[in-house]
Amino acid sequence: MSWDDKLLKQAKKIIKLYPQKRSALGPLLHLAQSKDGYISDDSISVISELVGITEVQVKSVSTFYSMYKQEPTGKYLLSVCKSISCEINNSSEVINKVQEFTGLNNNETDEEELFTFEAVECIGACGGAPALQVNYETVEGVTPENAINLCKWLKEIKPDVVVADEMQENFGGIKSFDWAIQDNSGATSTAPGFQTLKTTKVKK
Amino acid sequence: MKETILLTKHMRDNPEDSHLIDSYEKNNGYSTAKKTILESSPEKILEEIKASNIRGRGGAGFPTGVKWGFLAEDEDRYLVINADESEPGTFKDRILLERDPHQLIEGIIITCFSANIKEAFIYIRGEYAKPARRVQQAVEQAYQKGYLGKNIFGSEINLDIVVHLGAGAYICGEETALLNSLEGRRGEPRLKPPYFPAVKGLYMKPTLVNNVETISSVPWIIENGGEEYNKLGVEGSTGTRIFSLSGHVNNPGNYEIEMGSSFGEFVETLGGGIRNNKKVKAYIPGGASAPWFRGDQLDIKMTIDDVANNNSMLGSGAVVMMDEDTNLVSAAKSIVSFFAHESCGQCTPCREGTTWLEMILDRIASGRGRTSDMNLLLDVCDNISPGLSWPPKMTTICPLGPSAVSPITSLMNDFRDEVESLIPTKVLL
Repeated sequence: MSWDDKLLKQAKKIIKLYPQKRSALGPLLHLAQSKDGYISDDSISVISELVGITEVQVKSVSTFYSMYKQEPTGKYLLSVCKSISCEINNSSEVINKVQEFTGLNNNETDEEELFTFEAVECIGACGGAPALQVNYETVEGVTPENAINLCKWLKEIKPDVVVADEMQENFGGIKSFDWAIQDNSGATSTAPGFQTLKTTKVKK
Repeated sequence: MKETILLTKHMRDNPEDSHLIDSYEKNNGYSTAKKTILESSPEKILEEIKASNIRGRGGAGFPTGVKWGFLAEDEDRYLVINADESEPGTFKDRILLERDPHQLIEGIIITCFSANIKEAFIYIRGEYAKPARRVQQAVEQAYQKGYLGKNIFGSEINLDIVVHLGAGAYICGEETALLNSLEGRRGEPRLKPPYFPAVKGLYMKPTLVNNVETISSVPWIIENGGEEYNKLGVEGSTGTRIFSLSGHVNNPGNYEIEMGSSFGEFVETLGGGIRNNKKVKAYIPGGASAPWFRGDQLDIKMTIDDVANNNSMLGSGAVVMMDEDTNLVSAAKSIVSFFAHESCGQCTPCREGTTWLEMILDRIASGRGRTSDMNLLLDVCDNISPGLSWPPKMTTICPLGPSAVSPITSLMNDFRDEVESLIPTKVLL
């Protein structure tokens, strides 16, 4: 196994949360994604052993869901929404500009492994259309110009933590609703910036 | 027209810290759960939910009290909160998760007490990273206070909540697909029967699957009584409901209202009208799966039954307005592409059909359509949903396939000229 002890410890904690081991498969794949930026063959073999299912069963699940990437991603995953509310609010132009700036087609990663681009389905920001996400942190009301400015800023500053509120303030516009709460939390990888690991189960 | 504020009260009164337990408790938060656990009985709670006549807010509109009543006896029973909100146009659960996660947790505590459940899961779509963080933080705070875990509120009752993140699959909003996903499998809807997760659900054990908004309504209903809730709204659509309004409106957003006003009134007052004083060409009354209404149908009332009687559905409460300049073929293509992308691939009519619909619409939209395409579109649709009626007949396990048919029948019934105008009249052979 080539996950380090820290990661394995996290994995075992996750497994303990569920009545059946296999339920931890999804969260473990997120963990693998946060480690490598994609689901490597190595992670598949580790997870298969941890959960007690075959590698091909792990692979079958990991290829079903669009957030588990089968190839390495860049530091920043740019996901621009193209579903109906965004579509009728000019998302195609945002997509064009981001593609122009990054030189990437859909689901491609640049050579420096800085950006991965994808046009995605609804991200639940329809009132703030057109919207996009950087490493699953949402920015709403993004004009084509501001989308480029956002990419430029990421390229120049290369923040290690991507914070939705910061991006919204500098590059966003109309929002789905008032975000109200000041929030400095964010994402550090192309897996959603979320810790499934803290829940302390009292029972069992 | 005004909003009626129940579910969104705390977040409006305390915008800066509504997500924190101290703020929630300062405003009587968790007092209903505590009273319930220490003084009430499971039967009493179920009675109140039945009396409220609340119907599920996820889309299908199933009466919540009836669903709870179905729950089979078993030592292991589960509650799963469906927070896989991904129906295009919908962003109401997002605000409830982000800004008032404790209300949801309080609803879960009361629900689990009523149904004698000791373990609950909140299945949040993976793209909702920030809402998931807020919910996770709230769950931890509730554990620290002893409102979750062993002997909650000092009682004999135990309850655990696990926050589970999805990974980008709309189909997991379908409850049996969600359960498969939560079991660590591909998110493919299950063959029916068994029809109800309340009989055979997670790990084939009796499971309640409820939407975020439904369970977030529970504390208010129990605090104020099912009868009080039943007085709000109209018969068949009681209480308040959060509508997500988007598209070409001046004030898009989430609005909590009593059901019963017309779509036109809603858009003109709360929505601030259509941008640049344009007219509405068409609108979607209940998320991308719902057949569209025309701009001259704005007087239809926003109730589950009124919308159903007009051959569409109120669904997830997502209203999308499209103004007179909208290219409806492109709009339909966007929706069909969505379903083609999200088809799980189990059923041939859906897997192949949605893909072909997307390709045919694409060639029409780009000016390469053929006159035969009009009938071809309907023919493919008919294979997915025979007869093209509403509610749809199905050749598939779940309603995803028929959902892709909705925008096409809307186009063909009401905007056929617009589609035809894009097809070149003379084709060089």
